[in-house]
Amino acid sequence: MYQYDAFDAAFVRNRVAQFRDQVERRINGALTEDAFKPLRLMNGLYLQLHAYMLRVAIPYGTLNGAQMRQLAMIADRWDRGYGHFTTRQNIQFNWPKLRDVPDMLDALADVEMHAIQTSGNCIRNVTTDQFAGAAADEIADPRPTAELIRQWSTDHPEFTWLPRKFKIAITGSPRDRAVTRAHDIGLRMLRDDAGEVGFEVLVGGGLGRTPMLGKVVRAFLPRADLLPYLEAILQTYNLLGRRDNKYKARIKILVHETGIDRLRAMIEAAFDENRRTFAPVDPGLLDRLDAAFAPPDFEAPAEVPPLVSPALRSFIDTNVHPHRLAHYASVTVSLKPVGGAPGDATSDQMRLLADLAEDFGHDELRVSHEQNIILPHVPRRHLPALFARLREGGLATANVGLVSDIIACPGMDYCALATARSIPVAQRIARTFADIDRQHDIGALKIKISGCINACGHHHVGHIGILGLEKAGVESYQITLGGDGTETAAIGERAGPGFSYDEIVPAVERLIGAYLDLRHGRGESFLQTYRRLGAAPFKAALYPDAPAERRAHAG
Amino acid sequence: MTKAQHPQVVTANHLLDGDVIYLTEALDWTRQITEAAVAHDPRRAAALLDEAQSRPHEAVGPYLTPVALDARGRPGPLHFRELYRTTGPTFLTDEAQNVPV
Repeated sequence: MYQYDAFDAAFVRNRVAQFRDQVERRINGALTEDAFKPLRLMNGLYLQLHAYMLRVAIPYGTLNGAQMRQLAMIADRWDRGYGHFTTRQNIQFNWPKLRDVPDMLDALADVEMHAIQTSGNCIRNVTTDQFAGAAADEIADPRPTAELIRQWSTDHPEFTWLPRKFKIAITGSPRDRAVTRAHDIGLRMLRDDAGEVGFEVLVGGGLGRTPMLGKVVRAFLPRADLLPYLEAILQTYNLLGRRDNKYKARIKILVHETGIDRLRAMIEAAFDENRRTFAPVDPGLLDRLDAAFAPPDFEAPAEVPPLVSPALRSFIDTNVHPHRLAHYASVTVSLKPVGGAPGDATSDQMRLLADLAEDFGHDELRVSHEQNIILPHVPRRHLPALFARLREGGLATANVGLVSDIIACPGMDYCALATARSIPVAQRIARTFADIDRQHDIGALKIKISGCINACGHHHVGHIGILGLEKAGVESYQITLGGDGTETAAIGERAGPGFSYDEIVPAVERLIGAYLDLRHGRGESFLQTYRRLGAAPFKAALYPDAPAERRAHAG
Repeated sequence: MTKAQHPQVVTANHLLDGDVIYLTEALDWTRQITEAAVAHDPRRAAALLDEAQSRPHEAVGPYLTPVALDARGRPGPLHFRELYRTTGPTFLTDEAQNVPV
């Protein structure tokens, strides 16, 4: 893992000291809320519906046991004993007091963590594949590049006040687990004909009010050219991005209005200029970053005990991902127990995860954008013991990738921007499909729920997406179908009129019932069936009383 | 439903802890919507909002919200968002508490 150098440590401590002073001045009246708000947001502090919320960065979703244990301590000491892991691979504390936040940030700095770049119109924390450095299908670990981008972007003087927030995702695998096509910039690692590692660069993806998939702006970019090229994209966006309308300020709108070819020409011109003037990245830095993310000291292959327990076999079927080494596995710990809030973990659970990472997983943990926790490097011989300890801690839910493994934003149970609740909808769906055999029969299915048009719950790329809105003074839920966040990315198609809070779960049940009737056996997933048949039979299931002609035009 | 047709109260978040608060007749803050000062006309509503806005170091983001009055004349939330602001996260009370996690 990357470890802070003296510069990083001093930078983070100085930022905490600055913010401590800013908080004090807000409390003593020297700063107005208008003056304070952008300062607190730059340090991850929001004011939500019921309380402040501190969003802590977990850069590229990687942390170790000591860091997870510190998050548990913070949850106990200054919050309510739990945290919420987010779709940006971060963690949010929902109940901090304003006076305590500087102490929370100091406690984070004690373990080389912070809350910088988790809010504001800056380049946000870079996200990546939760299996980075471990996946069998990976070209190379994307995290050294993610850290390089982190160092370049943190407090970048030109890009601290962009037209809007700016999100970069990077994958080192052709299997896109980082939703790169739904980011302002997506970087997909590949090799050129000479075998050199570089990136396909996508630009202009994003969900929210105007969902768009990123377009290829550079088919191959050598790694050495990455920073001047990213700088060229950001310079172009910073100059041309719309500041007159926040709903049109993301780079996706610039790409749409300018056209990718014209924008590419502008970016390439800026890139040519940058290459002449850009201080080249110190090769020593790249080497140090590569070394910082070097694989752990893997143990030699050893005998794996027979998997006698059906529960363990079921857990391995769903929650274990192939590792680059055959005698290792990456284990996903589901934070989606039936009845739980998706992505929430108690402080006890965080401490257990820290212990398990240290005992079985080379002291590494990851947060996935799907709001689960991963132990990326577990020797297969430890799987029975790991499973037993997870079971004791209530963390052995074997539902990864199944119908109850739902992404849900905090929604109107916490979020000041939300227009409807998300978490209770996810809970009711999970409870409806609680039977694990039924979940396995339904198979791979991604349901994603957002409580407002900003789409933090990624509903546009859910196989079944649910968007909570207000309609005529009550909560109303729109369904989208056929979304996909992977390398075969697609924006879901709106199915038709919304459903009330009481109607939405039965509607999802009808959809899934239709899929079970229509599929070509258990080998055909919901998404495959949808792609084979289109929306019509699913709309018929959703709106059984609507005339066929109206159903065809619904949405 | 328009705001003008309903009585209104002033609500905000407390500066130090972020709690949902309401302005009272005594021009103090309460965490109970039932104890909020009720404005029955726009002029009174504007005066209450002015008062709240003049105390930015106690309350953040004050605004007027329409309320319904119970039989004893006490205000309660009209909109579901305001209802959830009075209850806290609904799933902690509505849904999850009855379910083993």
